[in-house]
Amino acid sequence: MSFYDLYCRYRDFDFDHYFSTVDHYQVERILQQDQVRPLDFLALLSPLAGEHLEGMAQKAHQVTLRNFGRTIVLYTPLYLSNYCNNQCLYCGFSVRNHFVRKQLTIGEVEQEARLIAASGLKHILILTGGARKIATLEYVEKCVRAIRPYFTSIGIEIYALNAQEYARLVEAGVDSLTIYQETYNPTLYAELHPSGPKRDYRFRLDAPEAGCQAGMRAVNVGALLGLDKWRQEAFFTGLHANYLQNRYPEVEVAISMPRMRPHLGDGYQPAYPVDDRDMVQFMTAFRLFMPRAGLTMSTRESAPFRDHIIRLGVTRMSAGSNTAVGGRTLQEKSPQFEISDQRNVTEMVQSIRELGYQPVFKDWHPL
Amino acid sequence: MSDKLKISNQEFSTRLLIGTGKYACDELIPDILASSGAEIITVALRRVDFEATVDNVMYHIPEGIQLLPNTSGARNAQEAVRIARLARAMGCGNWIKIEVISDNKYLLPDGYETIKATETLAGEGFVVLPYISPDLMVARKLVEAGAAAVMPLGAPIGSNRGLKTRELLKIIIEEIPLPVIVDAGLGRPSHACEAMELGASACLVNTGIASAAHPVNMARAFAQAVAAGRQAFLAGPGASQGTARASSPLTGFLYEENAN
Repeated sequence: MSFYDLYCRYRDFDFDHYFSTVDHYQVERILQQDQVRPLDFLALLSPLAGEHLEGMAQKAHQVTLRNFGRTIVLYTPLYLSNYCNNQCLYCGFSVRNHFVRKQLTIGEVEQEARLIAASGLKHILILTGGARKIATLEYVEKCVRAIRPYFTSIGIEIYALNAQEYARLVEAGVDSLTIYQETYNPTLYAELHPSGPKRDYRFRLDAPEAGCQAGMRAVNVGALLGLDKWRQEAFFTGLHANYLQNRYPEVEVAISMPRMRPHLGDGYQPAYPVDDRDMVQFMTAFRLFMPRAGLTMSTRESAPFRDHIIRLGVTRMSAGSNTAVGGRTLQEKSPQFEISDQRNVTEMVQSIRELGYQPVFKDWHPL
Repeated sequence: MSDKLKISNQEFSTRLLIGTGKYACDELIPDILASSGAEIITVALRRVDFEATVDNVMYHIPEGIQLLPNTSGARNAQEAVRIARLARAMGCGNWIKIEVISDNKYLLPDGYETIKATETLAGEGFVVLPYISPDLMVARKLVEAGAAAVMPLGAPIGSNRGLKTRELLKIIIEEIPLPVIVDAGLGRPSHACEAMELGASACLVNTGIASAAHPVNMARAFAQAVAAGRQAFLAGPGASQGTARASSPLTGFLYEENAN
């Protein structure tokens, strides 16, 4: 059994027909239920449920408050390397984009880590491109060991690995894994990933589960919003998270909702733009479907939007982000994508406090 | 009459324990402590940043309050033991609330791993307060393992649903010769009052206070409810009955004049 088997059950599902059967009574009934099942979740993602956003938001707020309180865990990304041998049509690091590539030395990684740690952050997410022959597993391990003294939680967002390889990184000090499927639609996935190791849809789809098996404490999945119809991508993201939570109850499962941003390269435009209302519907429907799951919101989103959605179910936010390799200490200027919320950590902390929430710097202690 | 809560060799005048999680800011904690009169506070070690010069939850806990570090995040006995030892090494004292949760969906505690952790830590001199489902067999084994109290849940953590486990709690309260502190699920002061009326020794409330619109006022309300429930328990409430007395009693014939 893999999530792929569950995916296959819904692969040929007629989403439009199902949406056409959803009525207001059904949505209201679901909003009164204690447990939201997969098809209820899908009903909450329907166009008609979009007319119930306030009711969904109110309930999502209450559920989040009970489960997580008025707190937001802060983290920041640290880009180690932008070498890539994939050709993802939507990504700034694609092998087809020509810019000066960079991989930080261990000394430079430590320098960035020291600078980030000085802002008070304790949770870090390290990222690489897809070139695992350059940003090797050994290199990532060394980076993890180098930054361990500065952070209490280290997450990775790198190329997909198998369980044995993830276990090596857990051993080195990694406690959480973030990996996005980009799109759950296998046909579109093949089109968007014409070459490179990332082309293997199944291997990537099973990577979050491999992370759970390897002993990751937290696993974060997601789809890149804008590539395909968002309601379907949202449904499969929730289904994936729910599958992992049911099979690996000891793992803290979370989702992200990355929305496409302008990036380096020849201007791939999202085929299915996702607006703010859609984001709120996805976020609140997911919260009702999985009341205990984490929900991560990055600086891809604007400061005003992030401020508004803080009460709707978000549990984790990035702050003081820079998506260039060496962007903090070497003044490198080739970001993977443009960030929108430019606030530094101090400004972010202040905004969160002004909204009546507590920014949490430390939510894990390495054992 | 003195009615102290005794845990291990310590005595406390109030019977409401509070938490430190889920508040809008840690600066609220001293006010919550003051309005609740709580003398014991639990804090998740995973959240304590011992290096932070500001934003350290420990700075907001006044002297004289009994610290009860908890092992939130532990997935098995081994992790709980490590967290407890870390807490002690960091100067948080030797009290520990064991939370071993390997189910992130319902946050229900793992009884078997909790017993193992309790045995180890009690043997190392910790004052161990394990968080459990209200399972009599688990509670009995915890007594043998050296626990200082047991902390059965009223309903799942963060649910604010009240005493959903009422019948099982009554059994634990009746049978376990240790303080029984009802923990988790108490969303309203009336829930806490009910737990105390049943004979619980104390209540621990976090979400019920932190998720209220006015946490400081709600903390006071919980304290009053806990005190009222305790008073009622000690006073021995009169028997209640669900039906009216029958006007034609079934045994009336025994008292009729011509009865044999």
